[in-house]
Amino acid sequence: MLRSKSLFTVAILSAGALTAVSNAAVARDQIKIVGSSTVFPFATTVAERFGKSTDFKAPVVESTGSGGGLKLFCAGVGDAHPDITNASRRIKKSEVEKCAKNGIKDIVEVKIGYDGIVLANSRKSKRMELTLRDIFLALAKDVPDGDGKTKPNPYKTWKQVNADLPDVKIEVMGPPPTSGTRDAFVELAMEGGCKSFDWIKALKKSDKKSYKALCHRIREDGAFVEAGENDNLIVQKLNANPSAFGVFGFSFLDQNSDTVQGSKISGVAPEFELIADGSYPVSRSLFFYVKKENIGSTPGIKEFLAEFASNKAWGPEGYLADKGLIPMSDQERKEWSMKVENLQNLSM
Amino acid sequence: MTKSFTEMTPALKRRHAAETRFQWLGRLAILLAIGFLVIMVASIAFIGVGALRQTHVALDVFLDPAEIDSSKLKNADYDGLVKASLRKKFPEITKRREKRKLYGLVSSDAGYTLRERVRNTPDLIGQTQKFWFLMSDDVDLFIKSAAPPDANEQGRRISNKELAWIDAFRSTGDIETRFNSRFFTSGDSREPELAGILSALVGSAFSLVVCFALSFPVGILAAIYLEEFSPRNRWSDLIEVNINNLAAVPSIVFGLLGLAVLLNTFGLPRSSPLVGGIVLALMTLPTIIIASRAALRAVPPSIREAALGLGASRIQATFHHVAPLALPGMLTGAIVGMARALGETAPLLMIGMVAFIVDVPKSVVEPATALPVQIFLWADSPERAFLEKTCAAIIVLLAFLVLMNLAAILMRRKFERRF
Repeated sequence: MLRSKSLFTVAILSAGALTAVSNAAVARDQIKIVGSSTVFPFATTVAERFGKSTDFKAPVVESTGSGGGLKLFCAGVGDAHPDITNASRRIKKSEVEKCAKNGIKDIVEVKIGYDGIVLANSRKSKRMELTLRDIFLALAKDVPDGDGKTKPNPYKTWKQVNADLPDVKIEVMGPPPTSGTRDAFVELAMEGGCKSFDWIKALKKSDKKSYKALCHRIREDGAFVEAGENDNLIVQKLNANPSAFGVFGFSFLDQNSDTVQGSKISGVAPEFELIADGSYPVSRSLFFYVKKENIGSTPGIKEFLAEFASNKAWGPEGYLADKGLIPMSDQERKEWSMKVENLQNLSM
Repeated sequence: MTKSFTEMTPALKRRHAAETRFQWLGRLAILLAIGFLVIMVASIAFIGVGALRQTHVALDVFLDPAEIDSSKLKNADYDGLVKASLRKKFPEITKRREKRKLYGLVSSDAGYTLRERVRNTPDLIGQTQKFWFLMSDDVDLFIKSAAPPDANEQGRRISNKELAWIDAFRSTGDIETRFNSRFFTSGDSREPELAGILSALVGSAFSLVVCFALSFPVGILAAIYLEEFSPRNRWSDLIEVNINNLAAVPSIVFGLLGLAVLLNTFGLPRSSPLVGGIVLALMTLPTIIIASRAALRAVPPSIREAALGLGASRIQATFHHVAPLALPGMLTGAIVGMARALGETAPLLMIGMVAFIVDVPKSVVEPATALPVQIFLWADSPERAFLEKTCAAIIVLLAFLVLMNLAAILMRRKFERRF
């Protein structure tokens, strides 16, 4: 019994000692990045290379989503708040104001390139050729009924949407509303198709609210399945179900090109060069935002920016292109790297 | 008379049949559970075992003294040297696009590998030396799969040209698959062939140490007080009900608490195992208190009474006699609680531990991830080769869970006393 008694004391004492040791805090010596899950693979790649090739520590990158990232970013200045946030959309005016209220007045905006959003299916089926209008009619909650009014979406197969399309059930898997990919898909593909009806386009000017409600709402009767944020899951489900389609970012298509194929939209296939030159209609810009106030206190921010804005990273032959980032044109890259170098403030 | 006992009446027969039926149903249920477990673990292990091997390629690299400035070994263009040696091996390739494909055979880490070798032995400069480099993830997967390539070039990740290059390397014995020690010795990476679990493992270990250091002493002291000293009244009943309720609270709630209190109010460092450990400790506390109280209750009252009868004070009776006897049970409860904490991701999400972290953390205040978080991050990555890494990491996590539970059982066996 004596032995178990001493075991007992030792356990309590060591536990107490460990608590005491763990209390010392250290100042931050590495960059903290938060933000979009779409930019996450690119930011982490640069972070890793930066850590390897310089004497600075590799930045810590968190994937919080664009909105969540900007919220953290705008919470304040100093060690406790992130230095950089990634976004798969531009910062909003309200967010800039919120930042300013918390003392963040100087923000550097950096555009890093483009991302294409694809509608893909399994290689076991035929490749589809769609227009934005087809996508809108197949996936909207309400569709035009032909005489200036709307009706609940009646289409069950692609053939009903457009007689040129195959007689296959409409079944599309995509990200949930919390995802930036979903936002971009709705804004670019759905709204693009929606606008192709003249009376709806006119509605935009007269009644913006009902225009948005009509163009941005995705049907909820089972034809569009919210498959969660995990794009790998969607790719796997496409393999299992050759008649289904999936909505995800270009990098997942790029990495799984042996099993899935991207549909042509308005006659343009989602290929690297075609997204880069802007002819593929469903693509968006990716950004990150830097807190200028933190540049003095957190070491390595300037060097990290230089690494990101170098041709070996974001150029057409750079390592980010290998990861699926669609680079900007030479002209655009030049402009943005100038802005980065001068740490030019964001102008809305 | 005897007849009515030996001969089965229909009612008795039915009762026996019911028992047999129940027993078989029970066996079936167990069999089903085991079957599912085996299928799950086996399918994960089957994929994950691939991550233990890795493909390397040998290249003759000329360490050009014109390229390497011996006073600044760090800054030479080692990538360029590797590329030059690839070009030399396949001089017929001149097109830009094809060259890019050729460079893509070798992992992007090759330049850094070469840099480390040269920095360790600067005498090599000026010589042509054979170096082994990692191959890129797609080539690695292709070689390990050992399946004949799909006839259709579109249907695979490796093009016909790349196949020809791989065969050229193979014919001279310059491709080898070796044990992947890197998986256990390096941190996370965006390149599947470089990614390892060490940083996540260390992060998990730090979190658990903090978690144990907080929850164990607090938990057992609370349990001892509640069981041995506190008066039974409405307050102690209320506390008891609350502890039982807390044990059932979803773990994400503790994460929110950590975000609101530890990060926002106390300003503790985000993403650190310190905060992670505290949150996990809050989560495991109820489990430990409940298990410890049960262990204390299992100590026979005669021990307590004998001690008191011989003149020991209540605190002496408790700490000299009752608590040491209950300790094995308390430790078991703590280890089971820790095992649950090890597998937890949800609370860590809120406090920023779901992050890409390359460096292995050196203290509890440095940013870190945990094993389940690493699994989640890899499962979410587009690169195909992360699948086997994910599975291998799951196996490692399961192995640790089994080890912890085994430790709990062994400890109970060794120290437990029966009365």
